Amino acid sequence: MAASSTSGSGRDIGGSGGGLAAGEMEVEAYRRLFPLPFYERHLLDSVRPDARPLHRARDTSIALGPVASADGSALVKIGDTTMLAAIKLEVMTPSADAPDEGSLAIEFHMPPICSPIVRPGRPAEVAPVISKQLSDVIVSSGMINLKELSLISGKAAWMAYLDIYCLNADGSLFDAALLSAISSFSHLQIPLVSLSDDGRVVAVPGDLLEDKSTPELVNKERKLLLHSIPFSLTCILHKKYILADPTAEEESIMETSITVVLDSSERLVSIYKPGGSVLAHTSTVKDCIVLTKHRMKELQNILEDSLSAMEVV
Amino acid sequence: MGAMTVDRADGRSANQLRPLACSRNILHRAHGSARWSQGDTIVLAAVYGPKAGTKKGENPEKASIEVIWKPKTGQIGKLEKEYEMILKRTLQSVCLMTIHPNTTTSIIVQVFGDDGALLPCAINASCAALVDAGIPLKHLAVAICCGLTEGGSVILDPTRAEEQKIQAFAYLVFPNSPLSVLPSAPSAEDDAPIENGIITSVTHGVMPVVEYFNCLERGRAACAKISEFHRRSLESQVPVVARKQTFEVLWWPHTLTAWPEFHGFACNLSEADVLTVACCCMDMPRT
Repeated sequence: MAASSTSGSGRDIGGSGGGLAAGEMEVEAYRRLFPLPFYERHLLDSVRPDARPLHRARDTSIALGPVASADGSALVKIGDTTMLAAIKLEVMTPSADAPDEGSLAIEFHMPPICSPIVRPGRPAEVAPVISKQLSDVIVSSGMINLKELSLISGKAAWMAYLDIYCLNADGSLFDAALLSAISSFSHLQIPLVSLSDDGRVVAVPGDLLEDKSTPELVNKERKLLLHSIPFSLTCILHKKYILADPTAEEESIMETSITVVLDSSERLVSIYKPGGSVLAHTSTVKDCIVLTKHRMKELQNILEDSLSAMEVV
Repeated sequence: MGAMTVDRADGRSANQLRPLACSRNILHRAHGSARWSQGDTIVLAAVYGPKAGTKKGENPEKASIEVIWKPKTGQIGKLEKEYEMILKRTLQSVCLMTIHPNTTTSIIVQVFGDDGALLPCAINASCAALVDAGIPLKHLAVAICCGLTEGGSVILDPTRAEEQKIQAFAYLVFPNSPLSVLPSAPSAEDDAPIENGIITSVTHGVMPVVEYFNCLERGRAACAKISEFHRRSLESQVPVVARKQTFEVLWWPHTLTAWPEFHGFACNLSEADVLTVACCCMDMPRT
């Protein structure tokens, strides 16, 4: 009984049946019954139930290349929120109005396994919204120069299909999705292609590269140059408090959230606050921007570490 | 303002909005409706409700709001889904959700014309429709689109052609300034006035951080004008007798000069209207 009612808290408290202290049970019951006072009591002491200070984000890890069949992939965890992003490149004919540009197709998926709120057969409401936000941010930040995705002007260019799967939705979905997207782009290895006799673009298998008979390669660069990488931080606003990187529980109890996206040259890519009962004053927005700057440095280090770790291996 | 001259195709100055028009109570079967236009951007909003019961997944201890976006042509895509969600969350923050628990209020937004600043126009239209339906509100939400041109100057209420050319733009929603009949003693504890708070902010395109705050300032000033228009439009559609009965304390200015004409409908005042006026008394003009 106890275990089923506290499944969201991530702690196994009902496993041993009678081995539970009475005091602890009361706290758990209080948390379930009066979530807001429970949180406010913590906020008074500038701490959150998971022992984080208000402005600290959860532990973040990036694993590059978990999907062998994709051209670039990344598994990102922010606390329990887990995102798997993978890029598949395909050759397409560029459109007539942009003959030397490739294109991007970004899709965000929330399968039913990711959260108790998402039910099978009914797509999650937020999935298309996050998908739209992601492509807005990635395209408008200018991180990827679409001209680099061109192969033969007017004839062939890369179409990059980026699919992001949310494996565990525990809050700050956009932050995790964006981090997984940029990580998978930094991991991306563009396949080498050449022109076949009948004028079609074909991939060159790796073992033929040293062979003299290999036809001339169309592309040489295997890495995409990322220009100004966007990083984001979501904060919850509640009364005068700002809680960085909220969990799903915090998001459901305190409804007002604000997402700030900055690029590596500290320009503003997006400030996204869809309604909410708490009004954001200019000073609050400034505080959130400062927090995002700190978070950006953290994330840049984590991304660099995981990239250099990959090169060593 | 004078130093920054921006060439706009329609000859407006950087801070000038397109002509606003609002007419309410134009659909007979809806509980409330409003048509809001900013130049050629025209949106019709209809409100049905509060209807009994909430959808699965919504909190039955509060009222729930449902937004249905109908584009001018075709089916709804990701963009419209995003608009629906932003509109829903924005309206949730202005409605008094605890008055009618376990009810659903539907807002149907029909786009008639899209000539830029579509979402702000829809937010303004929905707000007017909610007032028309007599849904209890904390205050009105007033929306504006601020654009940042390549040259780094801010233009307000861009048209569609301008939106495509400019470097970045921000949709901003502010509460309207409360003008209470009561002396303003209770708000003394809070330092910042509520009309300075941002309800909703959605930006598109890269801009320097300072420019965003510049946009905020300009947007806020423009929203004060729009909320004044809102008030006057409400005022013009409520019979004078009812007003006098309800709020004799208030002083009504009659300087309706610079505003475009409203396509007002003479409506027979129902109880809901009186309630609405009572709810909006917070924002009656004082100057």
